[in-house]
Amino acid sequence: MTNALKKLAGAALALSLAAGGAYAQQVLFWSTQARPVEETQKMRDQVLKGFDGPVDYQVAEDGPWLTRLQAELQAGSGTIGVLGGLHGDFSTVGANLVDLSAVDIGQAKVNEVYKKLGMLGTGEQKYLPWMQATFLMAANKQALQYLPAGVDLNKITYDQLIEWAKNIAENTGSPKLGFPAGPKGLKHRFFEGFLYPSYTGSMVTKFRSPEAETAWNKFKELWQYTNPNSTNYAFMQEPLLTGEVWIAFDHVARLADAFNQKPDDFVAFPAPAGPAGRGFMPVVAGVAIPMTSPDVDKAKALVAYMLKPETQIATLKATNFFPVIDVKLPDDMPASVKAFSVAIAAMTGAPDALPALLPMGLGDLGGKFNQIYSDSFERIVLGGEDVHGVLEEQAAALKAIIDQAKAPCWAPDKPSEGACPVE
Amino acid sequence: MNGKALPYLLLMPATLFLCVFFLYPFALVAFEAVTRDGAFTLDNFRTMAGSWKFPATVRNTLLLAAIVVPIQLAMALLMASVVSRLETGRSAALYIFAIPLGISDLAAGLIWLAIFDQSGFLNTLLSGLGIVDRPIMFLGYQSKLTIFIAVVLAEIWRATAIMMVILVAGMGLIPREYHEAAEVFGASPWKRFVRITLPLLRPSLQTAIILRVILAFEVFAVVAALGGTNLPVLMGETYNWQFTLQDRNVAAASALLILAISIGFTLFFLRVLRVPREARI
Repeated sequence: MTNALKKLAGAALALSLAAGGAYAQQVLFWSTQARPVEETQKMRDQVLKGFDGPVDYQVAEDGPWLTRLQAELQAGSGTIGVLGGLHGDFSTVGANLVDLSAVDIGQAKVNEVYKKLGMLGTGEQKYLPWMQATFLMAANKQALQYLPAGVDLNKITYDQLIEWAKNIAENTGSPKLGFPAGPKGLKHRFFEGFLYPSYTGSMVTKFRSPEAETAWNKFKELWQYTNPNSTNYAFMQEPLLTGEVWIAFDHVARLADAFNQKPDDFVAFPAPAGPAGRGFMPVVAGVAIPMTSPDVDKAKALVAYMLKPETQIATLKATNFFPVIDVKLPDDMPASVKAFSVAIAAMTGAPDALPALLPMGLGDLGGKFNQIYSDSFERIVLGGEDVHGVLEEQAAALKAIIDQAKAPCWAPDKPSEGACPVE
Repeated sequence: MNGKALPYLLLMPATLFLCVFFLYPFALVAFEAVTRDGAFTLDNFRTMAGSWKFPATVRNTLLLAAIVVPIQLAMALLMASVVSRLETGRSAALYIFAIPLGISDLAAGLIWLAIFDQSGFLNTLLSGLGIVDRPIMFLGYQSKLTIFIAVVLAEIWRATAIMMVILVAGMGLIPREYHEAAEVFGASPWKRFVRITLPLLRPSLQTAIILRVILAFEVFAVVAALGGTNLPVLMGETYNWQFTLQDRNVAAASALLILAISIGFTLFFLRVLRVPREARI
């Protein structure tokens, strides 16, 4: 009986070793990024080919991604070698990630702000920044002649932007500033990640503060010089190309076409700064290793490989996400990449840089959260309602959403115990 | 086979289809509208009605129906009278009038968007004629009235034909003798229309109006194409609750409200345009 059991156990062990052996060489890279099928294929063929050993790059929607990871963590053993995801994807599983501070990334100089984000408020490097995207300003070169004297585009402030837009409107006879304020536009990201942080240093907590009222009043001022057609815009590259708009704000992916079609006509520059800093919303993706990774050393080697300059450039070509390390881009990059990389470096590296993260921990309430900001815009700016009154009402709705999700604060708001407060 | 049972047997598949794909989902939606997390509540309706956009939404929807339907009714009656009177080319005229019916409502909205857009046909025409020196923005957020007018125009263009088709069929059912008799007694064409055609057309009018009113409360794609979020209507808000705000319960409540309004108006027109049994042809 015992003999038979021993034999059985031995056979099982041999089997599992054989199976484990087959998988040991291959690292499973489990990612929420580069999901479009061409991007996934490019990640496999162009980015990960150069790694010493086979990598199985697999992508999943956020939900299934987390479900499988949690299942492996609960089981105490798993097959996922390396994780790829946005900052928000990692925030819920931080305790189960391997400390990466000892990973040797050679000469690569990783963006310090993002590196700190990767610590998730602990003393350990929970994830290493991998790649980034963000929102930028773009201007038609014709607009530059109206730039107020002494203004440095890389250090522009909201007041200077208002003055600039005013100059253009008065001299050309029509407002030429553009916002993606259409139904499919990303205007809510501007209010969440740019306007609010720049004036209040906060996204949620100071939603109805006097500073927030100032921010909305400034935006109303700016709106006077904004093309009224903005409420129909979704991708600002289109009105930029037709010349309807000379200065625009949008996500880099929604500006790229303008720069690629007419490289000599446009300049990209950082988002403006307000009294509280240069608020901007980085979209940071990172790489991490779960505690259950079958081969941690191999996984660490892959993480280090992802941060090598060549890999970062290959990733940029594959996904249009920008490097997070200091790297000189080769000359064969698309015009949009060349223009954006300079502007992004100026924005993220500015002394007053104030990164504001994408909302996290809201789950399926994300849409309602964004609606609070869009509604405030529609009521205050388009509807001309009283700023104070609208903010009071919207703040109550905002508080209800945050309380329902029990979402703790995220940057730039200070970490909170329990749901993020709305003062 | 029992001859009496045959009609019911033949209706069976359609009935089953309706039960599975209409009544059952409808019951689910109705259930979702009055529950939240499994408990019975009217909160969904309160949330819907408490939204700051709700009053404007209801007002816009009712106003659109109140303006579009009467205009369409008048035009459909006129077109139907002309078509019925034609000796030659009757079907050709019918087909031409019915062309917009073959186009989806979103496509119809986009066609009118191409006309009213800042760089659209109308602006090109106006500047070509030298009437304006720079394009006018017809569909901006400040010009809600123009958006409204554009939607009314698009809706009239798109859906008048459906009323006309019903009315043409109804006019064909009116016996010629009535008209001939009236003519003999010297009734003017207008008098014959008011005294003979209209009263005898009642059943068709009822169908046409009810159908059109229900469609008017469901207006969505044309408004979305022309007005975006500048002209909120009930159906658009329902869509918004479901897909942007991801709140199925409130979306269900909003859908039920549209249903309630539709049923209310249907009952109203059934009553007002009722044809007594003894008066039917």
